[in-house]
Amino acid sequence: MSYSTRADFSTIAGWIAANARVLDLGCGDGSLLAYLHASRGAFGYGIEIDDAGVLASIGNGVNVIQSDLESGLAGFDSRSFDSVILSQTLQAMRHTEQIVLEMLRVGREAIVTFPNFGYWAHRAQVLRGRMPVSTNLPYQWYDTPNIHLCTVADFDAFCAARRFQVLERVVLHDARRVTVLPNLFGSLAIYRFRQGDAA
Amino acid sequence: MGLVTPQRAAFATPLALRSGASLPAFELVYETYGTLNATRSNAILVCHALNASHHVAGLHASDDESEGWWDNMVGPGKPVDTDRFFVVGVNNLGSCFGSTGPASINPATAKPWGADFPIVTVEDWVDAQARLADRLDIARFAAVMGGSLGGMQALAWAIRYPQRLGRALVIAAAPNLSAQNIAFNEVARAAIMTDPDFHAGHYYDHGVKPLRGLRVARMVGHITYISDEQMGERFGRQLRDGLNYSFAPEFEIESYLRHQGEKFADYFDANTYLGITKALDYFDPASASGGDLAQALSPARCRFLVIAFTTDWRFSPARSREIVKALVDNRRDVCYAEIVAPHGHDAFLLDTPQYHAIVRAYLARADEPVAG
Repeated sequence: MSYSTRADFSTIAGWIAANARVLDLGCGDGSLLAYLHASRGAFGYGIEIDDAGVLASIGNGVNVIQSDLESGLAGFDSRSFDSVILSQTLQAMRHTEQIVLEMLRVGREAIVTFPNFGYWAHRAQVLRGRMPVSTNLPYQWYDTPNIHLCTVADFDAFCAARRFQVLERVVLHDARRVTVLPNLFGSLAIYRFRQGDAA
Repeated sequence: MGLVTPQRAAFATPLALRSGASLPAFELVYETYGTLNATRSNAILVCHALNASHHVAGLHASDDESEGWWDNMVGPGKPVDTDRFFVVGVNNLGSCFGSTGPASINPATAKPWGADFPIVTVEDWVDAQARLADRLDIARFAAVMGGSLGGMQALAWAIRYPQRLGRALVIAAAPNLSAQNIAFNEVARAAIMTDPDFHAGHYYDHGVKPLRGLRVARMVGHITYISDEQMGERFGRQLRDGLNYSFAPEFEIESYLRHQGEKFADYFDANTYLGITKALDYFDPASASGGDLAQALSPARCRFLVIAFTTDWRFSPARSREIVKALVDNRRDVCYAEIVAPHGHDAFLLDTPQYHAIVRAYLARADEPVAG
């Protein structure tokens, strides 16, 4: 089996109940699903649009469905998954709000991870007059797939405005949890949330 | 693959058909490739579509041009690797390549069955294939696979014999035919049945064949196998010899279709064409559950790979996604690949790299156990 493990995997695995049904949006080579299967006995599907990702997922023995997330999750019934995960893909999506709403339709809970644009080194680069480039944002401005970058504070506000109930929020740097000023010292944000009670 | 020799299996126990009729006895012609392992666990059944046969791969000794219909997919080192798998190709009942069909002798009359040959369905084919598996002492296939109508057989296997296959590869298929699909089939059948040489299906007795009708049937069918884009690219509005203001074929596409029709009528049987198009029309596993495909697929236990091709308008990707959704609803293991290919429905017979790589990667894990 060949797949990478990323910093957010173990945090996500800790939020997945044993034998949970999970849907991983933008699953790439299927690494996260394979990890969740191995560590939590999770069963689920990945969605991936890229040919190479679909092929790699199949090679990794992961259930992958080739589909464009931008067109929603029409192939999945409401409330059919325990957790719907969007790992480091949100910032590259056009229809950001629509996919989050779809995640909360299909799953009881949503797990979203994204690179924190508010990380101090990103801010420092912007202050020096340049677009940030870092481990979590490894692209130049002209070749980046990231079109909807946000900060931890931005995503907090996004959830609050829609009355999403944030169940857990972990901000990491170098795979370590950052508790002091996370929007400044954390480079990777991981949220677990669901529809608010009113919804 | 090298040379292969068709084999024949005769079955004396009657086969009950879905129509209520029964075949008193029947024969199936089949070919095998590769070696069955000691645990008899590496067999893959390849199901054929409308015009193909048991001859999946390799060459027949008598004919240099007899390459099997899926030779690019099946063979040593190919995506369905015969160095690893024991592959079985079987000619379906009602066909015209050696298995019992309309041109076979009806024991009741000692004459060819002709129109009296019962209509056999996809499920009947699968039941007959299961009999062959029994004969070959294959309790469980590592995979059952096919494209188009062959994919429908793989789907029917998963429903009817859930314990007898580990994986189903359902390629360029659909959970049933649309009204448009049935309409094209009906045009094809009308072409055959209105040919004066048809003789109500008993043309064998008259020493003729409804070739004109069969040619037109194939022409109609062929249109649905190619994408508009591909047809435009290959033929466009090209003329063979300018406009002659006549009804002779003038556009390249006209002569191409006529050529396809003639080639096909030379080797295919009209009654078989009628029967297989009916099997296509009737295929609808969800009909028993009021159209609920998820319920129809609920007995399935195997893993699935569903593949569609972007320009296939006969069985479009949307039809494959219906199958995928029904499997997801049942929480079955399923992978779905949508292959970018310009060719239309015919793409399932071609060797688009991503397509073959996916089948290869999927079968690379075919020896993994499946949780029941």
